[in-house]
This record gives sequence, structure tokens and C-alpha cells, in this order.
Amino acid sequence: MNLFDVIVVGGGNAALSAALAARHVAPRVLILERAPEYMRGGNSRHTRNIRCAHGSADEFFSAPYSEEEFLEDLIGVTGSPANLDLAKFVSRQSTKLPQWMSEHGVAWQQPLAGTLSLGRTNRFFLGGGKNLLNAYYRTAQKMGIEIRYSSFVEDLIIEDDSFEAVVLKTNGGRELIRANAVVIAAGGYEANIEWLKRYWGDSANNFIIRGTPYNDGSMLAALFEKGAKPVGDPKAFHAIAVDARAPKFDGGIVTRLDATPFGIVVNKLGRRFYDEGEAIWPKRYAIWGGLIAAQPDQLAYVIIDAKTVGRFLPPMFKPYQADSLECLASLIDVDRGTFVATLREFNCATSGKTEQRMEEPDGNGTRGINPPKSNWAIPIDKPPFYALPLRPGITFTYMGVEIDETGRVLKQGGRPFKNVYAAGEIMSGNILSRGYLAGFGMTIGSVFGELAGRMAATNGRH
Amino acid sequence: MADTDLFAEANRQLVICNACRYCEGLCPVFRAIETRRDFGKGDVFYLANLCHDCRACYYACMFTPPHEFAINIPKILSDARIESYKEWSWPSLFARAFKESRIAFFLGALISLLVVIAAVVLVGPSRLFAPHAGPGAFYAIIPYPAMVVPAVTIVLFGIAVWIRGGIRSWHEMKDGPQSVSGTTLIRAAGAALGLRHLQGGGPGCTYPDERPSSGRRIYHSLVFWGFLLDFASTTLAYVYQDFLHELPPYPVLSPPVILGTLGGVLLLIGAAGLIWFKWKSDRAPAEGRAYAMDYAFLILLGLTALTGMLTLIFRTTPALGTFLVLHLAVIAALFITVPYGKFVHALYRSLALVRYYVERE
Repeated sequence: MNLFDVIVVGGGNAALSAALAARHVAPRVLILERAPEYMRGGNSRHTRNIRCAHGSADEFFSAPYSEEEFLEDLIGVTGSPANLDLAKFVSRQSTKLPQWMSEHGVAWQQPLAGTLSLGRTNRFFLGGGKNLLNAYYRTAQKMGIEIRYSSFVEDLIIEDDSFEAVVLKTNGGRELIRANAVVIAAGGYEANIEWLKRYWGDSANNFIIRGTPYNDGSMLAALFEKGAKPVGDPKAFHAIAVDARAPKFDGGIVTRLDATPFGIVVNKLGRRFYDEGEAIWPKRYAIWGGLIAAQPDQLAYVIIDAKTVGRFLPPMFKPYQADSLECLASLIDVDRGTFVATLREFNCATSGKTEQRMEEPDGNGTRGINPPKSNWAIPIDKPPFYALPLRPGITFTYMGVEIDETGRVLKQGGRPFKNVYAAGEIMSGNILSRGYLAGFGMTIGSVFGELAGRMAATNGRH
Repeated sequence: MADTDLFAEANRQLVICNACRYCEGLCPVFRAIETRRDFGKGDVFYLANLCHDCRACYYACMFTPPHEFAINIPKILSDARIESYKEWSWPSLFARAFKESRIAFFLGALISLLVVIAAVVLVGPSRLFAPHAGPGAFYAIIPYPAMVVPAVTIVLFGIAVWIRGGIRSWHEMKDGPQSVSGTTLIRAAGAALGLRHLQGGGPGCTYPDERPSSGRRIYHSLVFWGFLLDFASTTLAYVYQDFLHELPPYPVLSPPVILGTLGGVLLLIGAAGLIWFKWKSDRAPAEGRAYAMDYAFLILLGLTALTGMLTLIFRTTPALGTFLVLHLAVIAALFITVPYGKFVHALYRSLALVRYYVERE
């Protein structure tokens, strides 16, 4: 007899959701978290909220957000989901999440008037994602789920499409742990620079990885090696603009910069390369990582002046500052002549209005330049001038394993493994193909974590 | 940590918090951070005194050591809080007690010893250890003026130092509007008296460990209301004596004794609970220097209640004199350290809360 009903590989939101759901069905559940305890939780540590559909306003949501609208937003921002049925499933199941999460210890933040007010579509965890994880781990412990930290699963033993055991790397050896079913919720391969280089070349050396250094994709690689069917574009990821001075890994939320719509963005050649005034907020947020990844040396600068420097969320790193554009250019790594010409050209193309109303697209666009800045285009002419250096900040990769409607991992031929389930980043490519919706990673993790855990435990009993 | 390093380090951490803001639901400190961009000394002192040391932010933070950002807000604010206590106190020789606990200990022990010596020398052992009963029994041991004059002197001195510190702190913490409306004061008083912000944003504060619990809020409330009941008891006794001309001790079922006993029990349970919690508490989010000061205050409060109750229990026996003198000695130590110990948090945290609600208007 196997020691465990279900083994969950991973330690973030999807893994904990799976373990908790499995424990409701089966008594013997084991969590194998690769990180040490203080780093537990994968990228969920850095999350803040979750997107959920709901029929009516309540304590935490300002107004209704229907499943249909959720789906429309998803399709509108991310393009067509690889599996529309699963996308519908997520938006439908998301309505049940707040209650399920509360029952498992998650506390919510009362709505406050803050800079990031997404109160209609997203619920905020009190104290953020690490607090949510702390609550889940406490609940898991209370429910008698076994948790092992610093536990690196090297490989899976799968015979005749049936999972037998995980291969755990131990001090100087290996340990086999058998179970009736396994849930792989071990994240994407975003922290594996060598893997990213396969698609991005040396550019990937300049990527900043916003989250845990442990997501090297070793479980994804193992599943592919066993014949799991890939889904999603290997270059697709959720990436935003972060400060170039951010740590290589685990800088989290504090290094992100959302100053873009207040000024302009130039690359190191001194040229603009994209419309900084695009209207759609979620798109604006999620598109810049990819845009900067395509620039020389994966470096760009957002340029603002004294009029706007105090208006956006105060960044962790101080901007470079100079009293003239020429001096600013010499502080940063850009072509000075082109940089100054770009600023002149941009200023001449603005209407001359100097007021930015950020609450909504103000229609104050540039004329006669390419690319345009279609909203909030005011001249950058009041010294001192400021520059913030940007790099692509990778949150998580989308390519993963294809799953069926019960969360089981599919093989190349389309048949599922009998008892191998996946949840979270590692299967996000079933739905996400590009772009990102704030708080959607947690929705995927929670919905498919719960599904995978429940089905793995049920299936494993038969 | 040298003062300049302290403020530079506090600013470094608070700037990171301000870029994150995940903790804004936990307590007012983080909401106050959001209305600022840089954190000077006055801001740091304000936030430090607004902080209730509930530690929820420490356990919620993904950037605590060993992360290279090394964020530990409860610890740095605790450090800054002690610094603010010291700076706002007077005279500087005594104010050093906040940083060197032996000075506070010396001050308290000295005054206690003086009380005991004075009692023994002036009253004499024969009167001290003789049984006393009936109205005026206390004063038969220690004459009324000998009790009241030193006590009033110490308290008045303490009040003077508090007023001075209160004014200094108010000016140092100022930022934005200065006028305080009645409703603001009521909101701030409600928050202070109800310990509204000692709840980790709802589930309870993460003290003594990472599990949210209401324990600390309950114990703290017991101490506060126990102290207040004892204060009310003393005030009532004064009314009985000087206006109704009834000399103590009062009957067991008289209002001063009932209030005093109830207060003493609450104070004793609360102080013991807080000492126990502090003993068990996680040291990672703590500033070590604060512990001696906190323990000293809690022990003095507990001893005040304990000796008071012993005086009550043994008041018809020859031990009355001994316990009465001990009780007075402990009270003297408690009151001499009012401006030089943890007692000051009642003043500065209340003022920080007023400041916070002024800013919210």
C-alpha cells in the first residue's frame, strides 16, 4: 500500500489549494515544497489579489462582475484562450473562490482608497499573498497534511501512464515516495535563464525574474520527458517593466514601475518605440515587459519632468535627475544626440496642454510622430528632468502541459496520464496565450488547484 | 545603531514599504506611509509611535531577512520609538534611562529604598509592626502628610515632564493640518481606549508568534482598565476622606475597596499575561532594548496590584505595616518612572493616533 493518497509537488497557492481540497477527500496528503520554509510559497508570495466573478456588490466588491464579463476581459486582453472551455470553467468557478478561501483561513482587506483600486473585479488579501500562504499552511497543518520543506523532486516514476512515485533528492541520495496520485503545482520555468535563452537567446541574460528563484521548470521538463503534451507559446509570459536596478530574483512588487503614461519611454539608442499613452490599463501594465525585451540590451528609460515626478506610485529606487536633457543623457546609457532630438520632436508634437487627467484616457494625443502617444501627451520641458531605467521583469511563463477538464495531464496523443494532475503556472498556457489580467494567476491556481486536488484524491481511492 | 543611521535605515525600509503597500490593510502605519514620499525624523517618530508593535506586517512581508531588502518594520520602529521617548523626555540624565535600563532600575530602586528607609527611621519598628485597626489605621503607621507630600511631588513632576514631552512630540510629528476637531479627538480616543489597531487588520495580532490571536489585546485591555479602576478607587477614597470625612481603611464592601480589588485583579491578570506573552514572543521582529523597559513597566504594574491586595488581605494583622510600606515603595517606583519608562507610550501613542485621525480628515 502506498504511504500517501496524494502527493502535491509545489508549495504555492495552487499546491496548497490542491492539498487542502485533496485532504477533504483523502486522509494522507503530502506537500513537497522545494524552497526552505522561509521562502515557501513560490510566486504566490508576491501576489496581492485574486480576480473573481460575482453576482452582486458586497463588503469587498464595489459592484457586480459577471462570469461573462470576466470571460470578455480575458479574451479582450489575452487573445483567444487555447482552451475556451477551460477559460469558461475558470470564470464560472471563480465565483465560488472567496467563500472557499475564507473557509480555509484567508482574510480579506477592507476596501481602501488606494492607488491600485481594482475593487470591482479583484479581492485583496489582507497583508498580501504571503499572509494568504501563512493561513493556508496553518490550515494544512491543522488538517493533518504533511508538509516537507527544502524537498526537491527530481523526477517522477511513471509506468504505463500511471504515476508510481516521486524521486526526491536527499543529502547524497534519492528517496522514492509512492502515492496513489500526484498533483504537479511547481510553477513555470521563468527562473531558468538557460531555458529562456532557448527562445530569447542572450537577451534572457538581461531579464529580471520578479519571483522565486526555485521555479526552474524541472517538473515541467520531467513531464515533457514522460510524453506530456505541451501547450502555449514558449516565448509567452507575464512580464512587466521593472527598475533595472532590481535584484536578479525575488524583487517582487516593489521594483515595478508604472510611470510610463506620465512621460515617454526611450531605448538606449535614444528612440521611442511604443505608444506610452495606450488606453487600456491592464494591457499597459502587462505589455511593457515584452516590449523592453525586444530593445537593444533589453534596456529602456522612462523620462519625466518636474511636473509629473510626484504623481505616480513612489518607486523604490530614486530616479536619475538632471537640470537639462543633455545632462540627463550623460547620466544614463543613451545616445545623447538622438535622445535630445527625440524629446524635442515629442514636445513639438504635443498639443501644449500641461494637465494630465489620469483617471481616464484624456484624448490628449500627439500629432505627426510615430509611434504616437495617444493620451496624456504633455511636453517634457520643466526641469529638473528624471529618468528611470527599465528592464523586462518576468513574472511567469505560460508554456506548460495540456490538461483535460478534470485537471489530468494529457499525453502527446491526447490521452491522459491516469493519475497525474497539474495546477497553476505549469498549466496556465491552457488559458493564457499572451498578455495578462491582474489577479488572474491566482484565479488559475485556486480553481485548478482545488480541481486537481479533489480529483486526484477521488481518483486515487479507486 | 547611531541616530543618523537609525533614521537613514528607517527611511530606506519605509520607501520600500511605500512602493509595495501590501500591508495597507493591516494598520494605520501603512496608510500614513502612503501620504508621504520621504521619511524624515519627524515622520519616523510619528510612524514609530503610531505602531502598536502587533507584528502582522513582519509575518506578511516577503522581504524580511535573509532577503536582501532586509525589511523589519516592527524592529526598526521599535528602535525609533525608544529614541523618540528619550528625545522627548527631560532632564537628559534621566532620559537616558530609555536607552540604559540600569538608570531606570537605579531610579526606581532608589526611590523605593528611600520610602522603606524613611518609614523605618521616621516611623520606627514598634509602630510599623504593631497591629492597627479602625479608621485612620494607615495614618497611624505613616502620617498622612508623609504619604501625600512626596507622592504629589513625584506625580506633579511626572505630569510636567509629560506635558513638555507631549508638546515637543506634537510639534515634531506634525505634518499637514494642525487644528483638531472634537470628532477627531473622539475617534482617536476610541481607537486608543479600544485598542482598535492592535488587531492585525482584523484577525488579531500576530503575537507572541505568527498565529493571529486576540490574547494581547485582551491582556492589554485588562491592564489598562485595571489601572483605571485602581485610579478611580484612589480618587474615590480621597473624596471619602476629604469631603465625607471618613478615614480609611474602608469596609470590604465599600465602593473604593470593591473598585480597587477588581482593578487589582484585572491588572494582575493582564500584567502576568503580557509578561508571559513577551517571554514567549518571537525575537526576530523585536528590538532587544525594548524588552527590559517593557518588563520593568509590567512588573511594576503587577507588583502595585499585588502589594495593594496583600495590604488589603493583611490589614487587620501586624503585617499591615510591612505591606503598606512595600505598596507605597512600589507605587513610588512606578510613579518616578512614569516619564522614564514604558508608561510614556500611553501619551505618545495617543498623540500619534490624534495626528493620524487629523490626517485622515
